[in-house]
This record gives sequence, C-alpha cells and structure tokens, in this order.
Amino acid sequence: MIGIQHYLVVSAILFTMGVLGIFINRKNIIIILMAIELILLSVNINLVAFSAFLGDLVGQVFAMFVLTVAAGEAAIGLAILVIYFRGRGSIAVDDVNRMKG
Amino acid sequence: MIQAFAFYLFAAVVILSGALTVLSRNPVHSVLWLILAFFNAAGLMVLVGAEFIAMLLVIVYVGAVAVLFLFVVMMLDIDFAELRSGFVRYGFFGLLVALVLAAEMIIAGGAWSAGSLELSQRAAPTSGDLPNIEAMGALIYSKYLYIFEAAGLVLLVAMIGAIVLTHRERKDVRPQNISDQVKRRPQDAVRNVDQPVGQGVEL
Repeated sequence: MIGIQHYLVVSAILFTMGVLGIFINRKNIIIILMAIELILLSVNINLVAFSAFLGDLVGQVFAMFVLTVAAGEAAIGLAILVIYFRGRGSIAVDDVNRMKG
Repeated sequence: MIQAFAFYLFAAVVILSGALTVLSRNPVHSVLWLILAFFNAAGLMVLVGAEFIAMLLVIVYVGAVAVLFLFVVMMLDIDFAELRSGFVRYGFFGLLVALVLAAEMIIAGGAWSAGSLELSQRAAPTSGDLPNIEAMGALIYSKYLYIFEAAGLVLLVAMIGAIVLTHRERKDVRPQNISDQVKRRPQDAVRNVDQPVGQGVEL
C-alpha cells in the first residue's frame, strides 16, 4: 500500500535533483530557473501529500499559494533574463558582477 | 494494486524527467522534460485526491509557465555549448551536496514518521462527502479570503513588473500619439480661404 513515506521520498529525490541542477548548470540561468521550478514542484508534492494523508485541507490551500509565487517568480526571472540578454548578448551569469550595481 | 502501479509509474517518470531536465544538452528538450515532470506530478496528486491542485498544476505550469520558458529559450539566440563549460567541474561538488541533502531529507522523513501525530490540531479537516474542489472553494473564499486576494496581488505585481522590465522606448519607430490626436481641434486644423480665380493655392 502506498503511504506518505513514498510521497516524501519522491519529493526528496525531486528536490535533490533541483539542487543538483542549480550546481551543474551554473552558467545557464534558464536551466537554473527550471531547477527552481522543480524544487517548488517537490515542495508542492510534499504539501499535498501531507494534506491528503493527515486529512487537513490547508496544505492544499498553501500549495496553491506556492504555485502562485512560483508563477510570478518565473515571469519576473524570465523578464530580467530578457533585458540582461538585450544589453549583453549573452546569458552567462558569471559575468553579472560586471554590472557593478 | 492498480493504485500502487500508478504511483510507481508516475513517480518513476517524474524523477526521470526531472533528472533529464537538469542534464539535458538542449534547453528546449529541458523545457519539454519539465512539462512531462509537471504532468506526472499532477498524476501523483490526483492519486491522493487533490484534483484541484493537480488541474491547477496542468493549467498554470504546462499552459503558462512552460510555454513562457519555451518562448524565451527560442527567442534568445544563445550559444548553449559555451554555457555547458564547467559542467564536470561543478558536477562533483554538486553531486556531493545533493547526496548529503537527499540523505538528510530521507532521515528526517523517517524520524518524523516514527513520532506521534497530533491529529486533533487540524485546521480544516476534510469531510468525506464533499468533493475536493468544493471543499477547497469553501475554504479559500471564506477562511483564507484575504490570503487569496494577496496571492492575486502578487500575480498583479509580477505582471506589472515583467511589463515594466521588458518594455522599451524605441527611437527608430514612429508610434501613434493618441493624446496629440485627441487634442487636435477643427479650428487649428482647417482654414477657410477666399480663393481668387486663376491663382494657385497658397499653403
């Protein structure tokens, strides 16, 4: 029978995959954004699993808010990426420090 | 039995496509693997009866966010091979951190499941007879109404922020100036002249 542990393990592996993706694609900010999406997806799986197995609906409400913030974050991140590319012609994030902000 | 099979199918595909998202050479393939991961995560959520979140995941992520990623990847002309350098150098360290993180989380999960559950402290217990979407709606529009509106505000701010960031004034085009058009009056624009016969028109 499938219990909450199964869901927690899946979500832990997915979270780890997202962190690994941030590390190994350090120059490609598009993949980094996708890895952040994976991390937030694993968080959502966790929230929904706890909500379902403990019989409390608030976890699903909170998962919806996490989804909202993730959508906003993706939009803003991609907008910043587009203006960065427009000014520089590349998206290599390791020379961001040349901006001297 | 069928539930266990479906769970293992969805879980395996979600993990595999998550791995291929971060390992894929081509970012377009990465986005497509990400879409597959979201679909299968939605399947996992349907299995535990969270239909609303599952459908939201499909609509919002696959319908909006993934398409946004796809647009940006295809719009920007990027040399992706150059961005792959350092893959192996960071790979070892990243793998180390990831393994430690995974081990810690699995240990934490085991420790949590060994403890006792305070089930009397549920904030919004699920009732058996109400469908998931109805129960979610009753909760969101009553108890969590202000937080729900705050989420809407977050989306509004994100939308305005994205528009402000990417909008630019272009000098090489002549756009329509609506206020100039509205301000124009007939007495400024039209002139009656008593034109004599046989002479040209003076402009």
